[in-house]
Amino acid sequence: MAFASLRKKLAQGLSRTRESISTGFQSMLGRKKIDEESLEDLEAAMLSADIGPLLTEQVLDEVRTRARKEAVDGEGLRSIIKDVLMNGLPDVPEPAGPPSGPRVCFVVGINGGGKTTSVGKLAARHRAAGRKVMVVAADTFRTAAIEQLETWATRADVDLVKRDHGADPSSVVFDALEAAKARGNDLVLVDTAGRLHTKSNLMNELGKLARVAARVIPDAPHDVLLVVDATTGQNGLTQAKEFSRAAALTGVVLTKLDGTAKGGVALSIHRELGVPIRYVGVGEQVDDLLEFDRPGFVDSLLG
Amino acid sequence: MLDNLSERLQGVFKKLRGQGRVSEAVLKESLREIRMALLEADVNIAVVKELLSKVREQALGQEVLQSLSPGQQVIKIVRDELLTLLGGEGAAKLDFASKPPTVVMMVGLQGSGKTTSTVKLGKLLKKQGRYPYLIPADIYRPAAIEQLVRLAETAGLKAYEHDGSRTPLEIARDGVVAARKSGFDTVLIDTAGRLHIDDTLMAELDGLKAEFGPQEILFVADSMTGQDAVRSAGEFHKALGLTGAVLTKLDGDSRGGAALSIRHVTGVPIKFVGTGERPDDFETFHPDRLVSRILGMGDVISLIEKAEETIDEKEAVKLEQKLRKNTFDLEDFRDQLKMVRKMGPLSSVVGMLPGMGAVKEADLDTGALVRVIAIVDSMTPKERQYPQILNGKRKKRVARGSGQSVQEINRLLKQFAQIKKMMKTLQTQKKRGGGRRGGGKLPFFRK
Ligand SMILES: Nc1nc2c(ncn2[C@@H]2O[C@H](COP(=O)(O)OP(=O)(O)OP(=O)(O)O)[C@@H](O)[C@H]2O)c(=O)[nH]1
Ligand SMILES: Nc1nc2c(ncn2[C@@H]2O[C@H](COP(=O)(O)OP(=O)(O)OP(=O)(O)O)[C@@H](O)[C@H]2O)c(=O)[nH]1
Ligand SMILES: [Mg+2]
Ligand SMILES: [Mg+2]
Repeated sequence: MAFASLRKKLAQGLSRTRESISTGFQSMLGRKKIDEESLEDLEAAMLSADIGPLLTEQVLDEVRTRARKEAVDGEGLRSIIKDVLMNGLPDVPEPAGPPSGPRVCFVVGINGGGKTTSVGKLAARHRAAGRKVMVVAADTFRTAAIEQLETWATRADVDLVKRDHGADPSSVVFDALEAAKARGNDLVLVDTAGRLHTKSNLMNELGKLARVAARVIPDAPHDVLLVVDATTGQNGLTQAKEFSRAAALTGVVLTKLDGTAKGGVALSIHRELGVPIRYVGVGEQVDDLLEFDRPGFVDSLLG
Repeated sequence: MLDNLSERLQGVFKKLRGQGRVSEAVLKESLREIRMALLEADVNIAVVKELLSKVREQALGQEVLQSLSPGQQVIKIVRDELLTLLGGEGAAKLDFASKPPTVVMMVGLQGSGKTTSTVKLGKLLKKQGRYPYLIPADIYRPAAIEQLVRLAETAGLKAYEHDGSRTPLEIARDGVVAARKSGFDTVLIDTAGRLHIDDTLMAELDGLKAEFGPQEILFVADSMTGQDAVRSAGEFHKALGLTGAVLTKLDGDSRGGAALSIRHVTGVPIKFVGTGERPDDFETFHPDRLVSRILGMGDVISLIEKAEETIDEKEAVKLEQKLRKNTFDLEDFRDQLKMVRKMGPLSSVVGMLPGMGAVKEADLDTGALVRVIAIVDSMTPKERQYPQILNGKRKKRVARGSGQSVQEINRLLKQFAQIKKMMKTLQTQKKRGGGRRGGGKLPFFRK
């Protein structure tokens, strides 16, 4: 993967975020004094970024308190907000992989968020880093989901394990992990079916998939990545809560950040659940996946 | 998640009980609550602002209706405003060409549900006696053509098959010719997902539009969309002139405030909603249901109105007390169910009960209600009050009397125990000032 193109993508992906959020901010930066009106602009900017009314209110309260103590101008305000937002985000190290044998990563989330695409991108990324990667078509429900992943496996040039449409996903996972052990894969990426967090049978199915994985490889799945579409509003937090009940989430992939949505709800997910963003999706091509850069993201929220 | 709006407003108004008019102070605090609830429901901030100023205008100094508390009155105003925003009652229909085939284009962001909705709409139209033909014009996403073709097949629909080697315009052109030749009267074109800021791909849609002059261009949007809905819907509308929208994934628990944003910025009606992954999970849009959903409550006002016709005050007070003291027994339960029956077709009632918004019509079985009432009727008053005394012998007697099986009776007792437990938690949560939205779902009504 060309590093330069990555940088460019990052700049593109984030600058749009920046551009749209900053509309409220930019007007403020030149100001000498922060008054209620500027705070209202700030509030509007944060709400437009889907940061949500509760978190927005928290930030505003803190800004008010601090602005009372210190003389704050536009620039000062910016650093306070950045501070407040960053402080609430606990550091969560990437989970340790297994001492030996394949590392298993589940990619989960609601329908249409970008799971299959993210699996394809992740596969290519790790393949490029020299790992022996396998992708598993555990979405046996959605029409043509298997064929879609097949195309991605070819693009990324990685192994694929699949069964027929309608097969039991846990037996697909079981067989795949056995195969991965035998073949000596370093990383197994499991593409799961889209499921709404409100469907208890489907959430149970996900829990079962995780248990089956642990039966073949101890401590598997080592990673469970929740795919969150950046256009998602406040429901994203509920999604994350419910998914983390079915399987211990280790990170978020924030997709479709190449659009105009800012994905602010991912901040609440990190703050409330301690599940950090690991990657961002910035397009439909194989290299449109970036490692998450937290200060950059928060900064970009502020313009 | 926040508690539902009606509960929160009740809190505001408790402090100010006894006021005959909606005063400035009451209003200010309730507007704040309403604002939070709407934002939490993903209604766009600009829309919220406009809405609140309208509500303020209307509510200020208004006489409080005798039958309603000030809180309920404000909610009623909000609700009416939301309804107006959504275009009022009456499901919007599709426009058909006088000279077939009618062309419908499905457009929208990536993953919103276009392909699925194309098949769903096809199926609905077929049921209505039309002859739909589906054209897969997404040549970008891996296996997109296959997805549509196979979904169509399972739904008993015809689709235009091709290998994806031509441009969407060429494909659609041939597809329409094929449709015409075979006498199909409605052509549904499934297009690839795209971002509204992708000029090349937006131009491609414009090309399709210019070629076919579609009767309908439907914007397919995910109901979980946040603030960006204004932007994406707005840009699609500017580029193409949408004629309607489809709101998908409403089987989830998002409040669906994006619907207001879409409607506000485009002015076009939401015509259909998607309520599941299967081809049959598709319905015409009902603004009133969505409004209740956005406010996170059953249709409290109509419930109040209906209830006033059916329950007398004293009964209601008695019930309240019983709930509070946790002496709610099977007899009360039966009376409540009877009331539900008296209030009319179940579907219109259940959604009105706070906390039961999540129960869908399909989950309800009128037969089950009747059976439960029959079972309780066959019990002695003592058994109704202390169900725990129902031993095997008693159960058999009740079974004979009600014409139900003992299992059925056991099931009811188990469910009733659950309900009581739930009521108890609800009560304690209320006391603690907590309380979770949607916690009041009665297990009994689940299939
Ligand atoms: N613009 C953009 N599109 C994306 C991104 N990630 C995924 N997509 C697109 O989003 C759509 C849905 O992606 P999928 O990978 O099929 O989503 P999924 O979560 O696997 O969907 P289901 O399996 O049906 O639940 C496709 O059109 C993808 O090309 C992204 O980062 N940016
Ligand atoms: N639960 C639920 N899932 C839905 C609904 N509508 C669509 N889906 C699912 O959402 C995912 C995406 O649907 P698609 O129809 O492939 O979306 P699309 O807009 O065609 O996606 P692209 O072509 O990639 O842009 C699939 O998993 C569908 O099964 C719905 O109303 N409810
Ligand atoms: Mg998928
Ligand atoms: Mg599609």
